[in-house]
This record gives sequence, structure tokens and C-alpha cells, in this order.
Amino acid sequence: MKLTSLALITGLALAPIAAQAEILRLSVTTSFANSGLAEVLLPEIQKDTGIAVELLIVGTGQALALGAAGDVDAVLVHSRAAEEKWLAEGNGTHRREIMYNDFVIVGPAADPAATAQTSLATEAFAKIADTQSAFVSRGDDSGTHKMELALWASAGVEPAGDWYRAVGQGMGAALNTAAGMDAYILADRASWLNFGNKAGLAITFEGDPSLFNQYAYLPVNPAKHPHVKAEAAQKLEDWLTSPRAKDLIEGYKIADQQLFVFNATDK
Amino acid sequence: MNDILQGLSQAAQLVITGDADLVEITALSLQVSLGATVIASVIGLPLGAWLAVNRFRARRFVIALLNAFMGLPPVVVGLIVYVLFSRSGPFGVLGLLFTPTAMVIAQVIIITPIIASVAHQAIRELWADYHDLLISLNATRGQRIRTLLWDGRRALMTASLAGFGRAIGEVGAIMIVGGNIDHATRVLTTAIALETGKGEFGMALALGFVLIAVAVLVNLGVHFLSRTERGSRW
Repeated sequence: MKLTSLALITGLALAPIAAQAEILRLSVTTSFANSGLAEVLLPEIQKDTGIAVELLIVGTGQALALGAAGDVDAVLVHSRAAEEKWLAEGNGTHRREIMYNDFVIVGPAADPAATAQTSLATEAFAKIADTQSAFVSRGDDSGTHKMELALWASAGVEPAGDWYRAVGQGMGAALNTAAGMDAYILADRASWLNFGNKAGLAITFEGDPSLFNQYAYLPVNPAKHPHVKAEAAQKLEDWLTSPRAKDLIEGYKIADQQLFVFNATDK
Repeated sequence: MNDILQGLSQAAQLVITGDADLVEITALSLQVSLGATVIASVIGLPLGAWLAVNRFRARRFVIALLNAFMGLPPVVVGLIVYVLFSRSGPFGVLGLLFTPTAMVIAQVIIITPIIASVAHQAIRELWADYHDLLISLNATRGQRIRTLLWDGRRALMTASLAGFGRAIGEVGAIMIVGGNIDHATRVLTTAIALETGKGEFGMALALGFVLIAVAVLVNLGVHFLSRTERGSRW
């Protein structure tokens, strides 16, 4: 009796989850997942195409690495330079732009570095560095992190010192850290609006076009990894670029603010 | 403090309404961790007993190694299992990455040393008592191990429960090899990490309380079924 129950539990543990629909694995950035848009899109995708999308929520660096290793069927990220390098290495078939949102600088509501009085994101960053105001960096090779590093570079600042804290974590965890330290942080608008622990933080700078954040869809190259579900990945791409996706993406609002702008074009 | 109260009430709400997502991730938590505990016990308990009754040159070294492996960092185990089972790794063709099976494998690696070490300690003391008797009965090595395992079963249950305790609360390894995929590989601990990341501390705490309750219930259940700690028996 004991042995049968043991065998039963072991069997349960090893039995693969029964597949009802075609499963497609998509690695996405934490900022996309934290925005809450995924919860709106995934059920509709399953309804329309029969594809059950399994999301792996990681930073852009790891999302691309998962694609390069063939562990996912497609990638949805936002870091153009890294995406193009990834494509040049033969990891994917092509890059298709889907939508964009924007980054904002979040900081203490009192704005000690006076970033609100600047008109360019690089100026705001320079002020934070000048005043040595605490700044939390993702530090995880994510798209947001790459964007932040690019802004520091164009501001001519080498971020280092006590005030600069690289946490090496996802968007949410980094926002928690910033909330705890009353620090500045670069965040995508969607994650910020959806974030539940705002504490004493507020948006201090926004609206500079250099803060636009383009999301692109990249299917993994079936020539490199024959097991990937190229057909399902194509179906998903067709759906993501369809008018139906446009309506859902542009209709997604938090606190009455539209988060994403759909900008996929016909090939 | 408010967060904790809110977490408690949210936990109660989730449990009372029988929230479908909660049931799903709790069931997967149990399935993965109980499965890993059973497999690790099948390997670890006889290994512990075998180490107790055998004398060989490298014995001390093996025992020291086993004890050291009790502290294996889960995140490293996760990373190694990930690299092995990645499509680009040696076992990639099996397609096991991001499945509950991969999570079970990682947890077996993490808890087998714990179960074997605790079992070895218990059996060694029992072996000191049984040594002369079993030798004089001319019992074979297999018979000795079987006798010791059976008579030491209560201590061995503690070994297995220690392993289960580590497995059910573990997050580092299963996050990497499971990927925390909704409706596929999300378990209580990875869901807690996710909710914390979203800044939803109330929900994260609620799941935490459910996790603690599950661990307590499993331990109580095992004790009840095996009838330990009864008044008339020691």
C-alpha cells in the first residue's frame, strides 16, 4: 500500500502536464510582463489562434540568451542594438516592430535633483549625478538597463560612487529598492503605473522622445534550432501585427493612461 | 505591520473562496516537492545506511562531502541543471527544460545530501546497538541495511521531512529551471517572488502564509499516518 502510494506520487511528479493546445514559449522582458498587458493579450491569442503562449519573464539579455540556446520559440524585447547583434549571429529569422511605450524617470516626490526643470533626459541624468542623489540601476543587462547606460553615456557621466546602486534585479524588485531608499530610477511607464508599492516616489521627468522604448518580436531561427515551432511563431507574429492586436494594445489603460502605442507595419 | 494583516486576510480569502490559481500552484508545489522528496528518499536513505555499515578507505571523505553538499546553493544547482537540459546542452533533446520534471530533478539534487546525511547519522547510532546482534546472526549486508532502515524508520522520516522542508521552500533552483511560467511551472515560492516584484506585498504575504500552512499540514499528515508521538508509545 505504502509502495503504491509512493509510486503514485513519483508518477505524478514525472508525468508531463497534458497539453491541450499548441504551446509556444516566448521570452519577454520583465517590463512587458509587469505592465499587465500580457494578461490581456494571452487569453485572446489562445482564443483566436489556439496557441497557448508560455511566458518566460526575464531581462532582455537573458531573453535573447534563451532564444540563442533554442530554449524558447520567439523573443519579445526592447533593445535594438542587442537585437541586431543577436540577429547577426544567426539566432533569429527577422525583427518585427510591434509597439512602443516610453521610459520615465521616477524619483522622490520632492525632486531634490530638480529633474523636472530640465527638458532633456540627459540633462536630468546629469543633474542627478551632480547632486549625487541616490539612483537605483537595474544592473541586469535588461533593455531598461541598456537604455539607462546609454543615457549616462550621452550625458557624459560615468555612474559610480555611493549614490549609484546597481541591484541586478527585475523592474519590480528595482522599484521596490528605489521606494525603500527614496532614490531615482529609470522605469518604463507601464511597470511604474502598475506598481503597487509607490511609497514616496513620483514621476519627476517624462516626455523626451529619446525615452521611447520600441518593442520588437524576433522568432528563433529554425535553421539553427530545428525543434522550434516556427509555424506557431509565424502565426503569433501575424496576430501581434493584426488590427485586432492594435485595438487591444491601444485600448489597454491603467489609471486612464494609454501605455502602449501600436506601430507594426505590413511587411 | 499593515501589510502582514492584509496578507493574512487575503490568504484567508483565497483559501475560503478556493481560488483556482491558488489551488493550481499549490498542487504543483506539492507535486514537485513531494515527488522530489520520494525520489531523494529512495536514493538517500539506503545510501545513508550503506555508509553507516560499511568501512572503506574513502568513507570519511564521502561523508564529509555529503555533509558539505547539504549546503549546496540552490541557485547554482539550478544553473547547472539549466545548462545540462538547455536545448544547447547535453540533455537538450529531452526537451525537459521549463517543465515540472526539470524542477523535480533540481530539487532531488538539492535534498538528497540532506536526507542521506541525516539518515547516516541516525543509522550509525542504531548500528552501534545492533552491530553484535546482526553479526552474530550472520546477516548479510543487505539484510543488515534493511533491518536498520526498518527499525530506524522514525528517525528516517525526520530525514525525509527535513528534505521536504528544504524542497517546498526552495525558490532559487526552480525559478531557473522552471521559469515560473503561469499555468505550467508556477509554484508557491516563485509566485511569491513574482508578487514581491510587482510590489504586491499583501498578495505575496498571503501566498507565504499558504506555503507555511501547507508545510505544516504535510508534516502533521505524515506524523498522523505513521502514528508517531502517541501517548502509549515512545
